[in-house]
Amino acid sequence: MKRREFIQLTGLGAAGAMMLPLSSHANPVEVSLMLTPILDIQQKKQLADVALNAAKSMGATYTDVRIGRYLNQFVVTREKKVQNIVNTESFGAGIRVIVNGTWGFAASNNVTPDGIKKTAERAVAIAKANSKFQKEPVKLAQTPSYGEVSWKTPIVKNAFEVPIKEKVDLLLAANAKAMEKGANFVNSQIFLVNEQKYFASSEGSYIDQDVHRILPGINVSVVDRNSGQFKSRPAFSSPVGMGYEYLDGKAEDKIKSPGGIILYNKSYDLIEDAGMAAEQVKQMISAKSVEPGKYDLVLEPSHLWLTIHESVGHPTELDRVLGYEANFAGTSFLTMDKWETKKFNFGSKLVNVVADKTQVGSLGAVGYDDEGVKCKKWDLIKDGVLVNYQAIRDQVNIIGQKESHGCCYSQSWSDVQFQRMANVSLQAGKEQVTPEQMVAGVEKGIYIVKDGSFSIDQQRYNFQFGGVLFFEIKNGKIEGMLKDVAYQANTQEFWNSCAQICDERDYRLGGAFNDGKGQPSQSNAVSHGSATARFNGINVINTGRTI
Amino acid sequence: MAVLSKDEAEQILKKVIGFSKADGIQATLNGNDGGNIRYARNSVSTSGEDSNVNLGVQSYFGKKAGTATINEFDDASLEKVVRRSEELAQLAPENPEFMEPLPQQTYGGESKTWSETTAKITPEYRAKVASDSISPASTKDVTAAGFLEDSRNFNALANSKGLFAYNKATGVNFTVTMRTNDGTGSGWAAGTATDVSKINPSLASKIAIDKALNSRNAKALEPGKYTVVLESSASADLVRLMLNMNARQADEGRSFYSKKGGGTKIGEKIVDERVNIYTDPWHEDVPASPWVGDGQARKKMDLIKGGVVSNLFYDRYWAAQKNVAPVPFGGNSIMEGGTASIEDMIKDTKKGVLVTRFWYIRPVDPQTLLFTGLTRDGTFYIENGKIKHPIKNFRFNESPIIMLNNLETLGKQERVVTSEGNPNGFIPSMKIRDFTFSSLSDAV
Repeated sequence: MKRREFIQLTGLGAAGAMMLPLSSHANPVEVSLMLTPILDIQQKKQLADVALNAAKSMGATYTDVRIGRYLNQFVVTREKKVQNIVNTESFGAGIRVIVNGTWGFAASNNVTPDGIKKTAERAVAIAKANSKFQKEPVKLAQTPSYGEVSWKTPIVKNAFEVPIKEKVDLLLAANAKAMEKGANFVNSQIFLVNEQKYFASSEGSYIDQDVHRILPGINVSVVDRNSGQFKSRPAFSSPVGMGYEYLDGKAEDKIKSPGGIILYNKSYDLIEDAGMAAEQVKQMISAKSVEPGKYDLVLEPSHLWLTIHESVGHPTELDRVLGYEANFAGTSFLTMDKWETKKFNFGSKLVNVVADKTQVGSLGAVGYDDEGVKCKKWDLIKDGVLVNYQAIRDQVNIIGQKESHGCCYSQSWSDVQFQRMANVSLQAGKEQVTPEQMVAGVEKGIYIVKDGSFSIDQQRYNFQFGGVLFFEIKNGKIEGMLKDVAYQANTQEFWNSCAQICDERDYRLGGAFNDGKGQPSQSNAVSHGSATARFNGINVINTGRTI
Repeated sequence: MAVLSKDEAEQILKKVIGFSKADGIQATLNGNDGGNIRYARNSVSTSGEDSNVNLGVQSYFGKKAGTATINEFDDASLEKVVRRSEELAQLAPENPEFMEPLPQQTYGGESKTWSETTAKITPEYRAKVASDSISPASTKDVTAAGFLEDSRNFNALANSKGLFAYNKATGVNFTVTMRTNDGTGSGWAAGTATDVSKINPSLASKIAIDKALNSRNAKALEPGKYTVVLESSASADLVRLMLNMNARQADEGRSFYSKKGGGTKIGEKIVDERVNIYTDPWHEDVPASPWVGDGQARKKMDLIKGGVVSNLFYDRYWAAQKNVAPVPFGGNSIMEGGTASIEDMIKDTKKGVLVTRFWYIRPVDPQTLLFTGLTRDGTFYIENGKIKHPIKNFRFNESPIIMLNNLETLGKQERVVTSEGNPNGFIPSMKIRDFTFSSLSDAV
């Protein structure tokens, strides 16, 4: 398709600028240019070889090169207005070396043979400077040489190829539905990511990957001027590693949950959700304020993913355990002595948590990680016991393992790769239980839908979570909506209170599109699956205040 | 070198404007040189430098606008990017909120945001900071983790209505966490400045080591309401939460600053009358760019005066809708302090808690500005005017509005690094009564 034809087809071009979470190297670009390849695979291989040879000749014992092209698209609306359409592109190369047993890294957007060579020289120079402070040489776990391989997110419809007009029409239709149902304000957006990543290493791997992610969202607000109250409800979508087919809103992907609410699994109906949101926000304003105390919580997957992320995903990262994040994101209560006992009681026997970089539809799914390790699935918590961490090539020897877990990632070509969270998920229960049956067994409880407020300490122990929709459960029945609800616990007690998990039929993914870590801070996208689960006797506080 | 001089930037932007065939054109030119070093486990883990220059061009026809960018600066490339922005503008839909660019503005004199000393930071300086932090830690059975980052950047803006604006800035941030090797103590300190000679990473490292050693074997205290002495970083972490003073959100009824029944809280007293918060781009200790992204001039302006809301920020579109003058967002926030030192405030406290810093602060209720978060890296119990012993960390559930209504004492101001970012604040330490701690954390 010719550039002009594409612009005419979309009806819109890039316009405006707004504060969005972009790489400092991302530049606005018109849509048609995003669909034109910059380099073919053989050109990338030739450039990568320039870096590998240059670094080796200057004394590097290991080198990896990432030539990356990162595309983003944001389509943003409110009520009847298109607020912004931004397409961005960031292209360049990052080169990492080991010299004198020390890491060095440099990056540049000059992806020419000369630019690549100079970047390799800078990486080597930095490694040599840092080696003065290196106490122990870096030890890399062995990984196979994969030769020339490729991987692509299994999308059905490339969202970047869908005309912008179609996206705008969808968002404005959703806004109209929310306003029709009584919303005062509504914001909606579609956010797309495409990471085109080429990796080559001095160990003989040449890996080409094409990664897609999509985040459709809506925020519906109702304002009661008389009482001065306002409430909002976000979308019941999840960010996913899929194409535009996620917005098909298929009937078979709709889930009717306790309380009569509709939730979504592998595809999402934005317009329907916008209408429901407006109706639910009105109820939220008039809901009963919660009585603080102990409750049995029934946590829906759209909520529980965040609790898993914060209280299981982060503390099982080995770099945190070892202290690399001590100055920023923090350390972990899951210290190595606990893991070494092989019997640390993390949770009840029902609690089985796996890390999985291969899960179809997940945000973190790739074929190979950003240091060329083939991705896999492994156990973190087995029958309630801590059995493993998340670790990468220069860490696994510390825990006596020979193979990286394949969870190394960098947010762009211009940032150094480091250990990031894999998709970490609670396995569905073996007992055949539906959410309705679970609710029926609760005497005094709260059913919580969708993630809300969240906070956890620097060792991932004491936490507080809110939510979006809260339903009171009395004697096995949903009684009505509550507000001002947050629950507090510590991680170990909370997971030991896990009394029941619904079966595979109820298993779904939630996720974080921008999870921060590192200095300078980098962002990672990761999914977390679970089925609805029950936690007994959790402390619930009332967050309502009068000012 | 990605930091162009004023003349160099103006020359490029004038050429760009000269190529325009649209109703109007506005162009921005930005460049950055940055460097950093990170260390942990008493060893350097990563360090690097980055550099980038970018030109952005927005052309418009009526209310239709298009933007294109490029990072090549020969004449052919400059003309190409202008033509592309015009093409996109012709294809774009009308934006009802589009505001035409401003004519030339007046910016009150030379900016104070640049320091030659910071601009000359070298990799060797960064390595020395790391070494001077790691060495004393390793002799005291303590492990250091820290981060130093420095930046030099410039921003320039020009348009077809004759506006030209230029500013260059430097900055340096240093944070360090020291943890005792037995895992029972942790201390933190920081420094941030425009001019690197105003921070002392070695002294900060020593303070963090002392805090770590003194915070070993913390005792548990019951959650509840306590008098707290907040070091300046802790103060700033909460004060910043009330400074999202967007007028449009307030007018729309979805902000703490919305008035019941309609309108905003401008003119209403919301906190203790000793609270004065303002923004001032010319401030000596925490300078900011004298202009915002669309070229509007910043000026010294009260946000909270005598506890009363003085101003909210109005973008140009919303100001026109409300028939008021636009109020551009401030580049810094300054809260007036007092003369009390941390030691003075401790001496004056019968029973209380000294907080070094907070962590993982997240909103709970936007209507009351209720937030939750935790203390971290040095929390101590005060009894009869003295630090009695270290205590376990607390989770709080508190609103900065409630907090600043419970103000006891204002301490000295300091340029602050907050727990998850740098809001460019100059904020005092403070003593607060009845601060709500809702649960205990065993995290060290």
